Amino acid sequence: MIRKLLQPILSVALGLAVGLVVTWTAGEDPWRVFRIIADGAFGSGYDLGMTLFYATPLIFTGLSVAFAFKAGLFNIGAEGQLTLGALAAAAVGAIWPGLWSPLAPVVAALAAMLAGALWGAIPGWLRARRGSHEVINTIMLNFIAAGLASYVTLYLLKNPGSQNPETRPIGEGYWIHQFGVFGGAPVSLALPLALVAAFVVWVLLWRTVLGFEMRAVGQSESAARAAGIDAGKVRIIALSLAGGLAGLVGVGEVLGNAGRFRVGFSPEFGFIGIAVALLGRNHPLGVVAAALLFGALHRGAAALDLETERVTQELSLVLQALIILCVSAEGLWDWMRRRELNVEGSRG
Amino acid sequence: MRVSTPLIFAALGGMFSERSGVINIALEGMMLIGAFGAAVITYVTHSPWLGLGGGMAAGALLAAVFALCVIWLRANQIVAGTAINMLALGLTPFACKILYDVTGQTPAIPLAERFQSAPLFLSWIMVGLCWLWLKYMPSGLWVSFAGEHPEALDAAGICVNRVRWAAVLMSGALAGLGGASLSVYLSSSFSRDMTAGRGFMALAALIFGKWRPVPTALACLLFGFAEAVQFRLQGVSLWGGKPLPVQFIQILPYVITILVLAGFVGRSRPPKAAGTVFRRA
Repeated sequence: MIRKLLQPILSVALGLAVGLVVTWTAGEDPWRVFRIIADGAFGSGYDLGMTLFYATPLIFTGLSVAFAFKAGLFNIGAEGQLTLGALAAAAVGAIWPGLWSPLAPVVAALAAMLAGALWGAIPGWLRARRGSHEVINTIMLNFIAAGLASYVTLYLLKNPGSQNPETRPIGEGYWIHQFGVFGGAPVSLALPLALVAAFVVWVLLWRTVLGFEMRAVGQSESAARAAGIDAGKVRIIALSLAGGLAGLVGVGEVLGNAGRFRVGFSPEFGFIGIAVALLGRNHPLGVVAAALLFGALHRGAAALDLETERVTQELSLVLQALIILCVSAEGLWDWMRRRELNVEGSRG
Repeated sequence: MRVSTPLIFAALGGMFSERSGVINIALEGMMLIGAFGAAVITYVTHSPWLGLGGGMAAGALLAAVFALCVIWLRANQIVAGTAINMLALGLTPFACKILYDVTGQTPAIPLAERFQSAPLFLSWIMVGLCWLWLKYMPSGLWVSFAGEHPEALDAAGICVNRVRWAAVLMSGALAGLGGASLSVYLSSSFSRDMTAGRGFMALAALIFGKWRPVPTALACLLFGFAEAVQFRLQGVSLWGGKPLPVQFIQILPYVITILVLAGFVGRSRPPKAAGTVFRRA
């Protein structure tokens, strides 16, 4: 158990260390950069709120990737799924602005989930029935989703009152509750929803038949088939549900923050979700923790533009990339384990 | 023809890596850093040729990090590829800020110091060379074997991982060249995220071309053509006065890729051992 936790923690430490050395080459004091990031992420109620605001979509995308991974599928498509999910939520809100609360947000959230699930079902079906690999398909679907979303936004639902590429605002009844304690940071009901989603994923994976079948397919397809499990069907369901989870990102963004769909609102939440799932060892609890960490990095780095001479907020991307590389480098951990064994052996 | 040049370089790069058994979704990042390297070197030395070299070096350097992770440290190729893309996306504005104190762009390169058409010819010469090399040289065959039957190659006494290292480095250099042709040939400077998905489009062309040099280059040409057509078609009316939305042409290459992979338009099969780690038994 401890070793399971040790690897992600060491990865974070190693990734941060390497990243901060990079800032040292830029002529900044790494310790100072670290303090600015920490302060920017947790320094005040507002900062903490912003950290939570960024962590929320990462919980959804992280869960999405982790869920699919349990069934042996690589969901690189969370970005496209969340794009269409957010678009669907905004479209519902813009087309029927008169719908009242609390029905309205529920309808919009379901639409977001459905759109994401549909976008996940396509690569699921392609993998199960046509045998083409989901990695390439989901990458391609990300671009298709971006194209479709920009088409719908610019041609069908354009906001006449704005120069930006965004849809018409949603109706009043669609807004979900924002928590006031964070000094105006847009932390909404989407955060508890994300935590509930994490719990549901846990129950689904470890307490239901479907979850068992998914994990069986993920570990050994031939064994699962021998046990009479329809691996193709399980794959389609798994990627659909994963897509639905990613689609829920739209709830926080559209119903809890912007009130409309804005083209390019996501700073690659889908891709960072891969890192979150990996760092969280594909466990719901780990995903939540990793999402908080990456949310903090994202928020904390935003202050770097103003507070340092030469380090920019893109440092957070560098740090995240380094952490992913560290955590995924199996060989590194094997090597460390072997050394550990050798040390123990020589003592004995 | 012009806009397909970066795609051809990058797709050829992807071909080496994937034929040797390493799935390379980091092409995008390698292109981006190549574009940056080329813009900086050209600006400093006033020579686009040196810039091209700089782009190749930058791409190969990033590829070395990638190879280190996936070949030596046995990281998952897709995860590491994603991370490399993020690294390039983060490092380029960071380095830009340090060098020029702006995050968005490198300083413009005067027209006289940019390429007129050399990269275009170079890209097609490269297609020919790659074709000859993969088909007729023993070392070209090694690459294919590393991707199809690594055990056989190992049995023949050739180090699989060394072949893969070489292929990935070459892949990075070519992708860097693709990025370089973007920044010193098609435009006059490096700008943030200027590759805008071209690395993935190169990947799509590679699949469409079934991992073979000449068909891949033709696929690049087709996708480049689709990109060029977008600018022409803006505002042109089709279907009774309604303009054809650009977005539909933009997504066309990706739709085609999915259809091809699914076997609706001729089957496309990846190298057998792609994505696997090779360890000697």
